[in-house]
Amino acid sequence: MSRIAILFTVGLLTSLSQFSFAQDPTALPDRQPETTAEQPVEPVVPTQPAAGFARVSLDTFPKLVKVYGAGGIRGLEPYQSGFLISNEGHILTVWSYVLDTDFIAVTLDDGRRYTAKVLGADPRIEIAILKIDAQDTDYFNLTDSVDLRLGQRVLAYSNLFGVATGDEPYSLMHGVVSAKTKLHARRGIYETSYQGTVFVVDAITNNPGAAGGALTDRRGRLAGLLGKELRNSQSATWLNYALPIANLQQAIDDILSGKVRPAGRDNERSKPAESLTLAGLGLTLIPDILAKTPPFVDTVRAGSPAAAAGLQRGDLVLFVNDRVISSRSAFEEELSYIDRIDEARLVVQRGRELQEVTLQIK
Amino acid sequence: MKVYVSVSTNIFVLFAAAVTAWSQDVAVGVADSTDNAEIVAADGARATGGETETTFDAAALAEVRAAEGHRIAAVNKAVQAAVAVFSPGGGGGGSGVVITPDGYALTNFHVVKPAGNYMHCGMADGRRYDAVLVGIDPTGDVALIKLLGRDDFPVAEITDSDQLRVGDWCFAVGNPFLLATDFKPTVTFGVVSGVHRYQYPAGTLLEYADCIQTDAAINPGNSGGPLFDSLGRLVGINGRGSFEKRGRVNVGVGYAISINQIQHFMGYLRSGRIVDHATLGATVRTSDEGRVVVQNILRGCDAFRRGLRYGDEIISFGNRDVTTVNGFKNVLGIYPRGWRVPLSYRRDGERFDVLVRLKGVHSPEQLIEAVQGPRAQPPGPGRPQPGDQPKPGDQDPKKPQRPMPPRPGQRPGRPKVVVPAEAKKLIETKRGYANYYFNRVLREQVLSKFLAVTGQDYPDSAWHIKGKFNGNAEFGLELQTDFVTGRYPEGPDRIDLSKDLDTQLAPIGSHGMLASLHAWQRFLITGSKEFGDVYYLGTVPIAGHDQPCHVLIGTYNVLELRFIFDPNNGHLVAMEIFSTADIDPCELYFADFREVGNGRTLPHQIEVRVGLKTFAMLTVSDFVFDDGSKSKPADKPPNPKAENDATGANTVPNATTTES
Repeated sequence: MSRIAILFTVGLLTSLSQFSFAQDPTALPDRQPETTAEQPVEPVVPTQPAAGFARVSLDTFPKLVKVYGAGGIRGLEPYQSGFLISNEGHILTVWSYVLDTDFIAVTLDDGRRYTAKVLGADPRIEIAILKIDAQDTDYFNLTDSVDLRLGQRVLAYSNLFGVATGDEPYSLMHGVVSAKTKLHARRGIYETSYQGTVFVVDAITNNPGAAGGALTDRRGRLAGLLGKELRNSQSATWLNYALPIANLQQAIDDILSGKVRPAGRDNERSKPAESLTLAGLGLTLIPDILAKTPPFVDTVRAGSPAAAAGLQRGDLVLFVNDRVISSRSAFEEELSYIDRIDEARLVVQRGRELQEVTLQIK
Repeated sequence: MKVYVSVSTNIFVLFAAAVTAWSQDVAVGVADSTDNAEIVAADGARATGGETETTFDAAALAEVRAAEGHRIAAVNKAVQAAVAVFSPGGGGGGSGVVITPDGYALTNFHVVKPAGNYMHCGMADGRRYDAVLVGIDPTGDVALIKLLGRDDFPVAEITDSDQLRVGDWCFAVGNPFLLATDFKPTVTFGVVSGVHRYQYPAGTLLEYADCIQTDAAINPGNSGGPLFDSLGRLVGINGRGSFEKRGRVNVGVGYAISINQIQHFMGYLRSGRIVDHATLGATVRTSDEGRVVVQNILRGCDAFRRGLRYGDEIISFGNRDVTTVNGFKNVLGIYPRGWRVPLSYRRDGERFDVLVRLKGVHSPEQLIEAVQGPRAQPPGPGRPQPGDQPKPGDQDPKKPQRPMPPRPGQRPGRPKVVVPAEAKKLIETKRGYANYYFNRVLREQVLSKFLAVTGQDYPDSAWHIKGKFNGNAEFGLELQTDFVTGRYPEGPDRIDLSKDLDTQLAPIGSHGMLASLHAWQRFLITGSKEFGDVYYLGTVPIAGHDQPCHVLIGTYNVLELRFIFDPNNGHLVAMEIFSTADIDPCELYFADFREVGNGRTLPHQIEVRVGLKTFAMLTVSDFVFDDGSKSKPADKPPNPKAENDATGANTVPNATTTES
């Protein structure tokens, strides 16, 4: 029996080891089932192809979208994957540099093209929800999403390497869940702020462009969101994983209900007579040279509220009072809605860590 | 009913889950039990370590075992035809697959390129076979080789790769990392990840169009090896993978050239030539509305003459709907240069359906230089050129790399390869050819079959042909040795054979009917002797013929000619005569072959076509030869034993006066 174990550890899907096992009937489990007579003695080639995942894939493809945005330089692919989660054009994808632009294009499985806006994002778990003006599309109903168990067969759908364009379908990979584990145990090894449970998959699901793709069970039921490429900084190996939908549900609900909205202009809000300002808080940011310059802290004035809160040079501002900050100008705009006597709660990224700080002018 | 199985490790349970899906949906009602098996298996897998008692549903287990048996059988069948290719000079190697009992096998061009025209091949039977290069398609990265020593090689069963669907099971067989020192192939299993994929060129020549994407592991050394469907039928030739920051090993994204594409090229590959791919002469882009429209078009290309213009929307190409630029390029990529392919386009709401003749991607010399180097160098197909090795930093994810195996221990100054005599007989080097031997043999076969059915005893003198022109009017043709005259409603016309024929294209609108008929006459009289360096091109589909027809290329005067032969009966069924590059050729289609005496068999219907239109339909009633022999078709065509003595037949002598 230990021989079997050795064979299998060579690799579950390394076919030859399985075949050599199966060809040796003595290696089968000790207690044969009563239906032994049904076992093929001499294997014969069947007449019909074995059913794979073609049918379930046809049902899944219309739910998947191709996302195009920023990038295109220095190995940063300007595309990623995503999928519809409502019949009103809501798309779940990963929060990444690809979305860091005013022009995000989305192509549906049937080739229809839309411009998308970021409805909201949660950089803490690195997800974003896009909105397009499409109705009555196929979609994954998140309430029907499933959990996965170790060893369960999974299908991964993504637009890896951007290989599909227009109405060309996504790429499909198959594998099994080889581990369910928490990424935070590897803090400092993987460059991500997500710290929850992930499904680790034995297929190479997380290629460039695959982030935002769907991980389903073999019946096409949604189980996870393919994460961004993660490279182990110690072993230089790459992780193949997906974020369980259950772990994203709260953030998704918050975004859909409007709790987490991008900062910026809002006609329902009125600006205070005197608002918070960068200067008042004792901050300068890196110069505003791009259309969407990321709000990195450049200097912190000694003795200022920013210094008191512990802000540091190089911090990247992600949230102000639960509103997502996508650029330097959006940060300044958001501050202009906050009365100078109120506090500003900031979530900043410092290295690989997220920090929450509160700033108030005393 | 439950069956109790004792296993010492939960890994077995994982395995059971993995194979379960193979059997899913085999029959209605079974799905539930296999589902249970998976769930039971997954439950079992949660237990850790030691002896685990696991329950299985007996029916599910039987289903799993049956599926496993099917898979073993398909693999056992498929691996027999797999080939491990090794370069005798130590220049690496790859994989291949045998497709005919006499040893023709497919592999990648980039696998045979370092080997040259002779290589060593191993098969699953553990034996080593010598092999020679036959033909190469550098653009499509395909090579045809021939294994020697048997006429009963195990062959791969070929199936229609367009029937593959995303999600179907498939498996690759080959020689990854050149592991197969005992020639036993490696099998890697996966699913079809994508079909009709377009992969941008990775160099100047190479382009993978309309390929099959799989997550079966395709590693360096798998190149050229077969991709099989779940029944062990050949669907593609593995050749590329997307390799990027994770190093030159499989990342679950491998690409296979579809066997349907290779089938189109098969006649060309057998020709021993360096085969070219096609362009339309027009480029397309996606419009703002998401349509595929013509962005640029060359004046004078066939598509232009068929009416295609800037801004036209491409609707379908090669009988496939075109919705993306990739889809358009996919169709282009599967056809050889010179084939005629259906194209549908739309302008101002009006739809046009035409046939377009595809141009070559490269000029002939360009292609030869890319493969064999500049002319100044000594000839030798497949000599590796400096710069073959991919450069570091040349790894764009949009340009997947070819999985070249590593070349351990390779040093400059390889051992000299001694080619055995048996292989040497099948190798003839000639510039512009992968292996001229195969071209010569095919040319000789086609010509001798043609002469056998047409007859060789044609007098080198004036011929007189008469009959009906388009069914009603009379026509008469004088095919003299120094001039040709024609009488018909649009005539009369006369051409002078002592002058260049490309300026004498009478009658007007025929693009050279008289000159073409003269060339046809000379071909019947002299065989290929007066047509320059005649070579075998390959096979093309011709309307009205079940099988692709053989094509020979020759030149006459200043004309370029294509002779097209039916592979079944050997008849010359069509000729295409190109006078200048930017006008349509004159096409002659021959039918209604009948014996006319003296062992001669001639067509009694000749259709003259230009572009897509019939210029004239000539229905011949009499052929008269100035050596005194006259002929009239036998009453019941075709009658192989008709009277040989034409004068004895019940003929009315031709009214045309001749000076003999």
